[in-house]
Amino acid sequence: MTVLARRATWATALASLGALAVLALLVAPPDRVQGDAQRLMYLHVPAAWVAYTAFAVTSLASALYLWRRTRHVRWDRIAAASAELGVLFTAVTIALGSLWGRPVWGVWWAWDARLVTTAVLLFLYVGYLALRRVPGSRQVRARRSAIAALVAFVDVPVVHFSVVWWRTLHQQPTVLNPELNPQIEGVMATTLLVGVLAFTALYLALLMSRYQLARAEEDAGTEALSAAIARRRGAAAGIPKLTEVGA
Amino acid sequence: MGGHQAQRAGFGAQVVLIAGKDLEIEWRSRVTAARVLPFAGILLLLFAVALDPDRGLLPRVAPGLFWVAAMLAALLAIGRAFAVERENRAGLGLLLSGIDPAAMYVGKVLALLAQLLVLEILLGVGMIALYDVAPGNVALLGAGAVLASAGIAAAGTLYGAVVVSDRGRDSLLAILLLPVLVPVLLGATRLFETATGGGDDAALWLGLLAVFSALYGALGTLTFGSLLEEA
Repeated sequence: MTVLARRATWATALASLGALAVLALLVAPPDRVQGDAQRLMYLHVPAAWVAYTAFAVTSLASALYLWRRTRHVRWDRIAAASAELGVLFTAVTIALGSLWGRPVWGVWWAWDARLVTTAVLLFLYVGYLALRRVPGSRQVRARRSAIAALVAFVDVPVVHFSVVWWRTLHQQPTVLNPELNPQIEGVMATTLLVGVLAFTALYLALLMSRYQLARAEEDAGTEALSAAIARRRGAAAGIPKLTEVGA
Repeated sequence: MGGHQAQRAGFGAQVVLIAGKDLEIEWRSRVTAARVLPFAGILLLLFAVALDPDRGLLPRVAPGLFWVAAMLAALLAIGRAFAVERENRAGLGLLLSGIDPAAMYVGKVLALLAQLLVLEILLGVGMIALYDVAPGNVALLGAGAVLASAGIAAAGTLYGAVVVSDRGRDSLLAILLLPVLVPVLLGATRLFETATGGGDDAALWLGLLAVFSALYGALGTLTFGSLLEEA
């Protein structure tokens, strides 16, 4: 992952978000029933998509870390970064959904299948992040977190089906329908697609930056230690040292 | 049993050994009984105070309250199950004994399951007496309680090992475990509602609880070993 790749991803993300803004606010028509409030869909649905994707990435990266043959610290960094983004986008999804639901449903929240599952997802993520803060060696923390991510991953389909069996009031999924019949069409569908692509690009850009930040944090830790050791050695030998490459 | 004998014993014998150890510790010290059961009783009291028994609400919401109370009490029981391993470095002794970690997991799950079932029987009796609930289909209640408690014990023992070394372990266990147990709460409550009030979806909820228990039992058996290594 080079600086160029990261910058290119950010450029793509910002450009597509700009395109989305134009499409969602100006080009797409208002909904026949819901009016302009429906435009929140172009943010809410992509945010939900990214939230679920981030969760999948965390789960996959955790599995790759746990499996001996692919174990590498990069998977742990990716899992952690993706989880942070997952919390962010899940919270955004819920907030936007609430804003959209108030004028359309008349309530800020409803206890239907999709909302309950998303709320559980948020708490699963938050728990994972809390676990990562527990002090411990890097390997211990990585292994513990990876197992917790696996536990959460196994839980999501169980939660989903149990809650769906329990109740349904949320609209049927319009694009990912069981009959595969997209019920939104034309400009609205295109705008939604642009939204999904833009948010995915944003997610990737944030992931790359967060990953790079994690590496920088680790390096700062090691470099500071090496520099401190070098200074001590210099002081002990009576020779003042200005700089030394870390041991 | 000496270390060599423990290692040579079969998987089943090791499970019985661990489960027996946990239950014997509880029997001798009665810590869980002295704390967890009163906690459940206090919850029954709090619910009655909060929901006002005169409004006729309590019998209707009793199934849900039962399982919320059971899960909160289970948090205490799980905490205790791992606290015994920390005392006198018993956990280290277990590791050195050469007992299969999977057997340790299953043993601890079974011991926890037994304690949870005792808790639930008492909770149920309390609710029948205090909330004016009619028991209904007792066999279905029993089956549901066993399956739901198996799920709570399986996931709870797994997470108990995940948080065992953390100083803020109790609050961390709560926020980690409770979201995961949402399907169990859902299924068990709906099942209890069917058992006490009638309905025909009992098989659905029993199936959900069974799948949950199987999934987490499998996950715990596979990963418990790697969690113990850090102690």
